[in-house]
Amino acid sequence: MDYTLRVGGEAGQGLQTIGGALAKIFSRKGYYVFTHQDYMSRIRGGHNFYQVRFSDRKVMASREIVDILLALDLNTVEIHKNSVKEEGFILYDSESMKKKFEGPQFIDIPFRKIALDVGKNSVMANTVATGAVLGLLDLGLDVLNNILRMTFKGKGEEIIEKNIACAEAGYNYARSNCPRCEAFGAPEPEARKLLLIDGVQAIGMGALASGCKFYSAYPMSPSTGILNYLASRAEEYGLVIEQAEDEISAINMAIGASFTGVRSMTGTSGGGFSLMVEGLSLAGITETPLVLAEMQRPGPATGLPTRTEQGDLLFVLHAGHGEFPRVIFEPGTPEQAFYLTNKAFELAEKYQIPVFIQSDQYLGESEWTFENFDLGRLIYNDYRIREKDLEGTTEEYKRYRYTDTGVSPLAIPGEAGKHLVVADSDEHDEEGHIIEDSETRIKMVQKRLLKKLPLIKKEIEAPLLYGDPSPEVVLVGHGSTYGVIREIVDIYSKDRKIAMMHFSQIYPFSERDRFDYTELLKNADLVISVENNATGQFAKLMRTETGFEITHQILKYDGRPFTIENLKEELNAYL
Amino acid sequence: MPTSEDYEGQVPAWCPGCGNFQILSTIKQALVELDIEPWEVLVVSGIGQAGKLPHYIKCHTFNGLHGRTLPVATAAKLANNSLHVIAVAGDGDCYAEGGNHFLHAIRRNPNISLFVHNNQIYGLTKGQASPTTAKGTHTPAQPFGYLAHPFNPLSLAISQDCSFVARGFAGDQEHLKELMKAAITHRGFSLIDILQPCVTFNKVNTFKWYRERVYKLEDDHDPYNQIKAFEKALEWGDRIPNGIFYKSDKETLEEMMPTIHETPLVRKKFSLEDIKHEIEKFY
Ligand SMILES: Cc1ncc(C[n+]2csc(CCOP(=O)(O)OP(=O)(O)O)c2C)c(N)n1
Ligand code: SF4
Repeated sequence: MDYTLRVGGEAGQGLQTIGGALAKIFSRKGYYVFTHQDYMSRIRGGHNFYQVRFSDRKVMASREIVDILLALDLNTVEIHKNSVKEEGFILYDSESMKKKFEGPQFIDIPFRKIALDVGKNSVMANTVATGAVLGLLDLGLDVLNNILRMTFKGKGEEIIEKNIACAEAGYNYARSNCPRCEAFGAPEPEARKLLLIDGVQAIGMGALASGCKFYSAYPMSPSTGILNYLASRAEEYGLVIEQAEDEISAINMAIGASFTGVRSMTGTSGGGFSLMVEGLSLAGITETPLVLAEMQRPGPATGLPTRTEQGDLLFVLHAGHGEFPRVIFEPGTPEQAFYLTNKAFELAEKYQIPVFIQSDQYLGESEWTFENFDLGRLIYNDYRIREKDLEGTTEEYKRYRYTDTGVSPLAIPGEAGKHLVVADSDEHDEEGHIIEDSETRIKMVQKRLLKKLPLIKKEIEAPLLYGDPSPEVVLVGHGSTYGVIREIVDIYSKDRKIAMMHFSQIYPFSERDRFDYTELLKNADLVISVENNATGQFAKLMRTETGFEITHQILKYDGRPFTIENLKEELNAYL
Repeated sequence: MPTSEDYEGQVPAWCPGCGNFQILSTIKQALVELDIEPWEVLVVSGIGQAGKLPHYIKCHTFNGLHGRTLPVATAAKLANNSLHVIAVAGDGDCYAEGGNHFLHAIRRNPNISLFVHNNQIYGLTKGQASPTTAKGTHTPAQPFGYLAHPFNPLSLAISQDCSFVARGFAGDQEHLKELMKAAITHRGFSLIDILQPCVTFNKVNTFKWYRERVYKLEDDHDPYNQIKAFEKALEWGDRIPNGIFYKSDKETLEEMMPTIHETPLVRKKFSLEDIKHEIEKFY
């Protein structure tokens, strides 16, 4: 069983509320869920949809073909009716749309009229529609009713009861007006507890679970979700969340808080990151630990604000003047986003460097289900020097002391006894004071960059190989294309020796002593890189870092993510 | 009780006779008289001649980017509100490159002190016009004379209800020291615009030029009167008023931020135990 539900309509019609509630209901029932949002950059009007795929096996990508279309406006019917399977359904309200459709797929439900009759208010049409979808699937109303109780807790018992009655009316209407529904229903899944989380929430939670206490940002889609998530947790966990006046301020604030001893993070998207670049370099020379989330959307400039692309990889890799070490992670799932954000904090603090969590609108706003996130897997080491660590030392503290590893002691101003902490954006000596002589400059570059690099490289894990262990066909991907490539590998593995090689710890490249991944690629007949950009940035990086040239590429740069169908079609041209 | 020697930093690399020397020694003196120890102070700066000051004073310092002093200083104060945070900047640093941050620091009102070394010129980059340079001034970069109207930091700050607005003169250290002490002990964002002669690139606004013009605001000047303060801030020319123009006792950013009331952010312990139930919210 593997159903796709698409809820379509105008912005402002409550697509997120309906789609979000249904996704939650499916996951609470024990189905695996994958959701994805497609919306325009406007608050009202236009055409948007919210897609929920649910299944009794793990799902991790979007499909083009739809089983149930819930159309909240006429436009949705016109645009999407051809995507609906022959045996699928289109739920709509002919009265509100002023148009009647014929055919076995169409189920006409008077959402608005029922809302007026039962709830005495047309705004409850969405509740009727949600109930109708559940009726079609015969899934019961218990979870929805709980959600309605939670949602309208503040609005009083009467509103709750009316919404529950509307949901029930929609449910019953669908059940009694759907002759083909008997054959359709969703088989009761195994009783399992699943958490439902999207990419930005997973990054936010990863930060929280890593001891991040300071987050500064300027709103920009699609990074805003991190700001919202952490702000909603500020009171409970004692965080400081600051909406900066611009991204320049945001990154400088995060650096200021980190210098003062607090785990700090900032987040933005491409345009905002352009403004942060100078600050990135400041983190580099001052050796201030910093975690940055760069949530990509298609550019250049303002580009497509609500769409998706993997177009900033080489920008983030090269951003910043001068040479300093950095790490880039690009998670493939919210689960990876959670653990990699934690690893980002660990490496940022351990090596006193900037570490990126790079992702995109698609992963950032897709919800996935997981059995659990294991807090036991998280790392938390406090690398900061506090008063107790310096007790009894007579030696004067030097912020940039030369060491074998290049990592100098990182003391907290005011929390390390009387030791003074001096940090500088100018080239400096061990004490942190400005210098211009060539010997000190050389030693500092060696300390800051060259000594740390090989140690950092050792921390990076090899790419993940999924599928055939000695494949003939390898699909190479990075970041958010994980899900769709993995599902494609599953589809083809019946008759092919096929595998996915997925990179989530993008830079620096891992060493090849544990897994010689280039050797594996050399032995394959066909290696294709799959990227959500126009120039194959990851393949370029791969060639620079390993010398291995990927000659075939499947690139998508229409601002949309790969779906199973379109990746399949592209791949068929090669197979 | 700290002494001036405790604050002795590196030997300054400024031109002999530069007004920055007086500002530096006055800051040290003010801190000593306030009985603040070097490890209780964080001086944040950007880039410029003024921006080098942190190296010449011994305390915690963060010498960051041109114009970015205030975001760093604000966040440092949020991270550890038990530190005295002083931001030092040049007029270019604070009013040009950092103009936006200046506006928003006033709005946020963190409890930090901002000392602007206003020499009406770019010193470190050798004499271009700054936002406070007089209209018509000829510089190597302004061949037709500077075409913009000078920025008035005091009237802007007062108009935005900045919580402490003062002007001092590097040539009157006694007075400047009292202003600095008042600024450091003031609760809220305090600005002192300091008239600082650049003996190398500004041949107009010299020590002598200022001595002939500056005067102290009278004792009956009421710093809580915003309109009067604004009026005074517009005075510039033959007579240039110095002193505390404006004060407003409003809540500081840290006072409004409930999560740092009991313990400074930096001292909060972290334990995974505390966030265990966070995951539950997603089921
Ligand atoms: C982003 C950036 N732009 C330009 C500079 C070059 N720069 C250094 S100091 C300075 C201006 C200095 O003037 P001011 O801030 O008034 O300080 P002063 O040297 O006069 O004390 C400039 C433009 C820089 N360091 N960084
Ligand atoms: S150039 Fe001007 S501001 Fe800079 S040190 Fe010399 S006199 Fe002072």
